[in-house]
Amino acid sequence: MEHIRTTKVEQVKLLDRFSTNNKSLTGTLYLTATHLLFIDSHQKETWILHHHIASVEKLALTTAGCPLVIQCKNFRIVHFIVPRERDCHDIYNSLLQLSKQAKYEDLYAFSYNPKQNDSERLQGWQLIDLAEEYKRMGVPNSHWQLSDANREYKAAICRCSQPLSGFSARCLEDEHLLQAISKANPVNRYMYVIDTRPKHRMQSWWATQKDIGRIIVRISSKIWNDEKIRESDEKKRLNAMANRAAGKGYENEDNYSNIRFQFVGIENIHVMRSSLQKLLEVSGTKGLSVNDFYSGLESSGWLRHIKAVMDAAIFLAKAIMVENASVLVHCSDGWDRTSQVCSLGSLLLDSYYRTIKGFMVLIEKDWISFGHKFSERCGHLDGDPKEVSPVFTQFLECVWHLTEQFPQAFEFNEEFLLQIHEHIHSCQFGNFLGNCQKEREELKLKEKTYSLWPFLLEDQKKYLNPLYSSKSQRFTVLEPNTVSFNFKFWRNMYHQFDRTLHPRQSVFNIIMNMNEQNKQLQKDIQDLESKIKQRKNKQTDGVLTKELLHSVCPESPTLKTSLCFKEQTLLPVNDALRTIEGSSPADNRYSEYAEEFSKPEPAVVSLEYGVARMTC
Amino acid sequence: MEFSELIRTGRAQAQLLRGPEAPPLRGTLCVTGHHLLLSPGPQSTPDLWLLLLRNVDSIEKRVAGDSGTITLRCKDLRVLQLEIEGVEATLDIARSIEALSSLESVITSFPFFYRPKGLRLGDAWHFHPPERYYKRVARETDAWRLSEVNEDFSLCPSYPRAVIVPRAVDDDALARSARFRQGGRFPVLSYSHSPSGTVLLRSSQPLTGPQKRRCAEDEELLRAVLAGARPGARGFILDTRSAQAAKQARMTGGGTEAKAAYPGWKRLHRPLERGRPLQESFVRLVEACGDPEQSMDRWLSRLEGCRWLAHVKEALSTACLAAQAMEREGACILVHGAEGTDSTLLVTSLAQLILDPMSRTMAGFQELIEREWIQAGHPFQLRCAHSAFSHARPKHEAPTFLLFLDCVWQLGRQFPLSLEFGEGLLLALFEHAYASPFGTFLCNSEKERCLCEVRTRTHSLWSGLNQPKEQRKLQNPLYVLNPLAIWPSVEPQSLRLWQGLFLRWTHPPEPAEVAWEKVWQIVTGKEETEASQPTASA
Repeated sequence: MEHIRTTKVEQVKLLDRFSTNNKSLTGTLYLTATHLLFIDSHQKETWILHHHIASVEKLALTTAGCPLVIQCKNFRIVHFIVPRERDCHDIYNSLLQLSKQAKYEDLYAFSYNPKQNDSERLQGWQLIDLAEEYKRMGVPNSHWQLSDANREYKAAICRCSQPLSGFSARCLEDEHLLQAISKANPVNRYMYVIDTRPKHRMQSWWATQKDIGRIIVRISSKIWNDEKIRESDEKKRLNAMANRAAGKGYENEDNYSNIRFQFVGIENIHVMRSSLQKLLEVSGTKGLSVNDFYSGLESSGWLRHIKAVMDAAIFLAKAIMVENASVLVHCSDGWDRTSQVCSLGSLLLDSYYRTIKGFMVLIEKDWISFGHKFSERCGHLDGDPKEVSPVFTQFLECVWHLTEQFPQAFEFNEEFLLQIHEHIHSCQFGNFLGNCQKEREELKLKEKTYSLWPFLLEDQKKYLNPLYSSKSQRFTVLEPNTVSFNFKFWRNMYHQFDRTLHPRQSVFNIIMNMNEQNKQLQKDIQDLESKIKQRKNKQTDGVLTKELLHSVCPESPTLKTSLCFKEQTLLPVNDALRTIEGSSPADNRYSEYAEEFSKPEPAVVSLEYGVARMTC
Repeated sequence: MEFSELIRTGRAQAQLLRGPEAPPLRGTLCVTGHHLLLSPGPQSTPDLWLLLLRNVDSIEKRVAGDSGTITLRCKDLRVLQLEIEGVEATLDIARSIEALSSLESVITSFPFFYRPKGLRLGDAWHFHPPERYYKRVARETDAWRLSEVNEDFSLCPSYPRAVIVPRAVDDDALARSARFRQGGRFPVLSYSHSPSGTVLLRSSQPLTGPQKRRCAEDEELLRAVLAGARPGARGFILDTRSAQAAKQARMTGGGTEAKAAYPGWKRLHRPLERGRPLQESFVRLVEACGDPEQSMDRWLSRLEGCRWLAHVKEALSTACLAAQAMEREGACILVHGAEGTDSTLLVTSLAQLILDPMSRTMAGFQELIEREWIQAGHPFQLRCAHSAFSHARPKHEAPTFLLFLDCVWQLGRQFPLSLEFGEGLLLALFEHAYASPFGTFLCNSEKERCLCEVRTRTHSLWSGLNQPKEQRKLQNPLYVLNPLAIWPSVEPQSLRLWQGLFLRWTHPPEPAEVAWEKVWQIVTGKEETEASQPTASA
């Protein structure tokens, strides 16, 4: 609260992002402890959570006032014009303070109160139980103690961080462990080791490291095989080796038997961050031409990276499906690219993860519990900007591409993905706070914050895919096609708040409505039929009593209500059609051409609009 | 001429490869006057595989050992491979196909021989769009009349017999105006937008020439248009060439309307690509779509380089501009480029689709195509002589109609509930425009169609498409009448490559089809339950 100087500014203009003629809405700006709120003259509210703010920028003063540009992590960009510079400055400073918190305890999740009591809160947290999930997968069993296995194929997906091999370091325990993994699979003795990094990078790194010598070795403490390395006697030897040889590396095929080694070439978090930045720069350009858009899309490399992640996941799924081989996936640290590949691979292999609940489990398992550093990657706290990277966004985009290719295979729809993306940044719920399980426990998140999942499940209806068919056997294992044609710019993510760019009518909503009406009508039919049956039975019994007549009477109201229901649900649909959002020429860029209509010229014919005059 | 002269070898044993998805077919290959047949041996399935020879765009032969391979690239963008036994047979068949697929004569083409079961000759040729459309116009305003001044096609060979013109202008004035316009295409009514009382006209360029000639009747015609519209209406002349190109056209006898000669009218230039550059764009896009192995960067740079989506954007935004001027500014619009048979029609037909809910219905859209493309004299035979694979030097080919279909598809994607027809109809129209057993897209103008007696001797595509069994493929299950104008977004982020067409054969969109089938089920399921309810309650 101490950061807020001005709570309310009137006569603020909100500029349209893509309009070149500075079309704007005028309204009032409110600053609260958690949100920035803009209410325009039509009483339409725009809420911006402080945690969503990625950057605030004050542009040079103009005659209209002081421009303030706010970029959000959920890809909303708003452009305000505040009439007085002092107000603008106050808001600017407040937002700078409020959007970057230094302590976890200052995040929204710790003050957010959805009016639940403690037991409800606990229930919410227990909704997704990983022990249950491992049980579902059929582990632990005789081969596995606790890991990430796939019950059907007897092959397994494993994950770890990079081996600290340097040039020639070996670790016998590690070699034994890998052997144990491959032996645990009775079907195929071979296993794959997937290094998700691009090979050329590893080799060039190798070349430079020879000269430089030492860098800090980071050991991931959360990943089980590293625990073993730590405890082992090898540690000293290993550390020495690491110090000499700078640590990082990849498995030497000669040291591990029955192993096939594979690089899949996903770039690191820094490349991804700048790629997304370029993409947003391109797609945010005013008056963008088709050619600039595609050349920008190409040079950003974003879709190339998405394809690389997909290809890696497909490689993994194929190794398990076709060859029945176990797979060990790692990158450098084992929590970014590894999480992407493992979770996507699981999604391809197991249809359970394509349900709403299953997807939550997948995120809990492969992302949250395996220590994807959400707080650093999403920049929850004021920290190192070099640690921020859209790794999870990429995962969501890959899932979106899968839903595009397999419209019937997923129980959830695009809205669900967008909602999750919204909340990894919102800091409203505890799930994504912190960088690892240890940190989360220290923060006592389960006692102090709420879990996101029960809230999503409550709203499940909004996130259902009406085309989902759970029974279809065809979709047990997805085999997506990753030819380049299949990758498209995800407009509904990167322009989710630019309504003018969206399709004007939503197929999903209307099908969802129809489906529901269908169910209701069928239920009505069943009700009525059972009543008819009842009546017939009674008639055959010959007991046509007064009671029966009474029981017939209430029948008509039910019928009526069901008919009313039909009309009611139909009406909003029609209304929605009548006011198609964004469908007005004024909202679209071609309207700018229309300015030519109104260029003033010496007049003979004057118009009733009084705007334009014409020469003759 | 006998077809048999061109057929060197009628029969051969062959195997047909139809891309990665479909299984290969083996059997006897047979070349007939209009078709390539493959009938599988008696042991396998009895169905016959058939290809209209007219559909073949380019042919490539290769021989190795004692067998040969023929690669057929079709106008509907399919690529087929025939493996034929015998070198001689391969070469002969290739030569026969080459000769038969490039026959110029219209009256020996397949539509004149096609007699399908269940259809009667002359069905659905009762479309007389100008007359029918005039009835609609006449209900709202009496400023217009139906003129039969072009009864014998002497005034304008590319116009239909009847055209809608201002009531105040008599036929003699029309004749003089026609002489002042290229190809005799004087300004005629294309669409009357009753909510704002304005009209959309189309014509060809005026023949002002270097001397800046004028034509009093032509000026009078446009003045009458403004007088007949909403009081105080202004007019815009939308030239689909750049100002530079329009000026240059003067040197070859064309030009633009002089400002001073047409009071109340203002000229706007919206350059749209046409002719050879458009064809090249199409060829390059199809080339890019034929290579599934290319990297992401290569694909994106080729997609950019072919400029196809840029053309889609330009066409849509020009149409939106015209529509907007009519709806919001209450202005009358005259659209023309040079000849007025290509980009002009693209703009007028798209503007109608945006403004007029009638034209978004199945029947209305068919009428729109008949009226604004076929009868309005888009030279289909010249423009669609070759598709994207042909090695022949392009002469008059241009995928203007395909560009129109693509724009319609983009509209349908942005307004999935507002078009009564689905992608199926657009795909069918694309196929039939390039090669068809029906007569609808034959010839270049109404005059030629009359000379060839197309109406009496061939079947209409519309009667073929409007059979009940075809409907499910063509309709949009989610259609709900939307009485408003539909304003699409023309930002590059909102436009997408039409995969259903350009990647149709290389990359079958199977899951999407399954999904649409499900949508159909949901929609029909709903109707059925609704229908069954009264019986249950009875």
